[in-house]
Amino acid sequence: MHAPQRSAGAAIEIRKASKHYGIFTALKDIDLHIRPGEFMTLLGPSGSGKTTTLNLIAGFTDISSGTLDIGGKSVTGLPSHKRNIGVVFQHYALFPHMTVGKNVAYPLALRGIKGEDREKRAKRALDMVKMADFAHRYPNELSGGQQQRVALARALVFDPPLLLMDEPLGALDKKLREWLQLEIKRIHRELGTTFVYVTHDQEEALVLSDRIAVFNGGRIEQIGTGRELYDHPATLFVGRFIGESTVLRGAAELSGNDTVMTIGDQKVLAHGRLAGDARPVILLRPERVALKRPGADAVSGENRLSGTIVEAIYLGSASKYEVKLKDGTVAVVRSPLGATDFAIGDVADVAFTPADLILLPDDASADVTLT
Amino acid sequence: MPSFSRVLLGLFCLLVAVLLLAPTLVVIPMSFNGNKSLAFPPDGFSWQWYQNFFTNPDWTTSFTNSLLIALIVAVVATVVGTLAAFGVTRAAGRTGGLLRAILITPMVVPGVVLAIGIYAVYLDTHLVGTVAGFVLAHTMLAIPFVLIAVQASLEVFDRRLETAASSLGANRLTVFRTVTLPLILPGLLSGALFAFITSFDEIIVALFITSPYLKTLPVQIYTSITRDADPTVAAVGTLLFLATSLIIIAGLLFGMRRGRT
Repeated sequence: MHAPQRSAGAAIEIRKASKHYGIFTALKDIDLHIRPGEFMTLLGPSGSGKTTTLNLIAGFTDISSGTLDIGGKSVTGLPSHKRNIGVVFQHYALFPHMTVGKNVAYPLALRGIKGEDREKRAKRALDMVKMADFAHRYPNELSGGQQQRVALARALVFDPPLLLMDEPLGALDKKLREWLQLEIKRIHRELGTTFVYVTHDQEEALVLSDRIAVFNGGRIEQIGTGRELYDHPATLFVGRFIGESTVLRGAAELSGNDTVMTIGDQKVLAHGRLAGDARPVILLRPERVALKRPGADAVSGENRLSGTIVEAIYLGSASKYEVKLKDGTVAVVRSPLGATDFAIGDVADVAFTPADLILLPDDASADVTLT
Repeated sequence: MPSFSRVLLGLFCLLVAVLLLAPTLVVIPMSFNGNKSLAFPPDGFSWQWYQNFFTNPDWTTSFTNSLLIALIVAVVATVVGTLAAFGVTRAAGRTGGLLRAILITPMVVPGVVLAIGIYAVYLDTHLVGTVAGFVLAHTMLAIPFVLIAVQASLEVFDRRLETAASSLGANRLTVFRTVTLPLILPGLLSGALFAFITSFDEIIVALFITSPYLKTLPVQIYTSITRDADPTVAAVGTLLFLATSLIIIAGLLFGMRRGRT
């Protein structure tokens, strides 16, 4: 095996952490526990506090209040050069006056590792990212993807228990990004290091992470696996940020332990009720709803909303439709191959059972921050 | 067949080049003059003025004085100017711009005005005719050049590299030594060269604060040419011209080699 030694990853424990810049609050009372060896992604729109959190862990900025422990020890006041954490930046940050080999050997030289040992370890790290043939090149002779692989080798060469990555693939094109995502996943598996990854790309978060922390407006809205966030979003923001969705809004009333919402002139039944007096909204996932001819194929207990097809997209493995409902909402539906075909202008029913919908408290700010 | 306008342009360029170079080129033949006169064209040929420059203590001491002062000034001004450039570049808000404007005044204020001020202060503090006095005055004049050169380098320097180095385990001093300094070195060196030259051929302030016991080369040239028409001046001029040409050529070659990598 070429990779550096498997190192025990460090745990991170953030409690009640806040960060203020003058009167601006970048982080409000966040709690985040990251397990040793975990791949944790901090996901959110720009300005949501995810990069601030990363900077706090790296020691680039100080925490305003709260506590931050890495590997069981408080790191408050510890400067970044003493934290022994690998960091990969979106802009690569390779030293332009050093060759690739010198760049990767740099953290080893700082740790007093000399001669043959240093060269061997630098080479091993470059092997891991498949860049060993480029050791004598200068960074400006490399492509963006190659530079980022070198940066990754440089951040891992000293076997840190923790690796932080700040949108590392943000400047690369889609194909390269997807390939490097798999490379990063492989390296994480081989090393056992704790990875903390910042991105605003929810697909990337789903591909890479063990767990995802969704940030919004300086707070963490929800922490969970990709599946948990997709199937059981805790807030409307999370539901809308992860994956595609349709949001239904209407007058709601309680019927026993169920909630009934009126959309246009049709009623939708949802099991359960929200705690407190929050206004409920219904979130639909495109593949959890079916498109049916008006009145046809009725299943007992299902909800049906009639509408008109305004967009039909053939995707190969499925078809995607946009259906304008009577109240003006545009619902997104993903039909598997073999389902009934519809054309633009067709009248159709959007059908879903109470188990297929997600009932959430309304949050007007979810609309603002997502657009 | 080159067009008429191109020929005209070529001739014009030649005219400008001659205009710029002529005064310098006149000095060279004069330095080999056979007689003790500054006549042009020279009369006869001899090496005696070069010989005089290297043997006459008036010339050798003033030359070594200038060299010593300019070297110290280059070092001090480069250190101080570089620190100032960091402060100016990285100060928050408008402070930087204001500081820069203040630090650059020695370049803008007429030399005579500065010279009078310096002379007045030096009379009280007994700095007239001392190496320390020359170094102090010339450092002040040289700092703006260092500041401008280093600041230009710092503006294009990517500070995120410092953050990266710090995350890799480098403390602030190591970050400066291994990352910042190597990347701003071209600006620093050109600042040092400017500082050296500023001191080496400074005459106005030097005339005020000189004494019979401490003369710099420009002062010696000036007194020698006003007292008697000594062609040694032309020999010195030729040597300086040769030296600066070599430095510039070396600089260009170095720059070309760096530019390739």
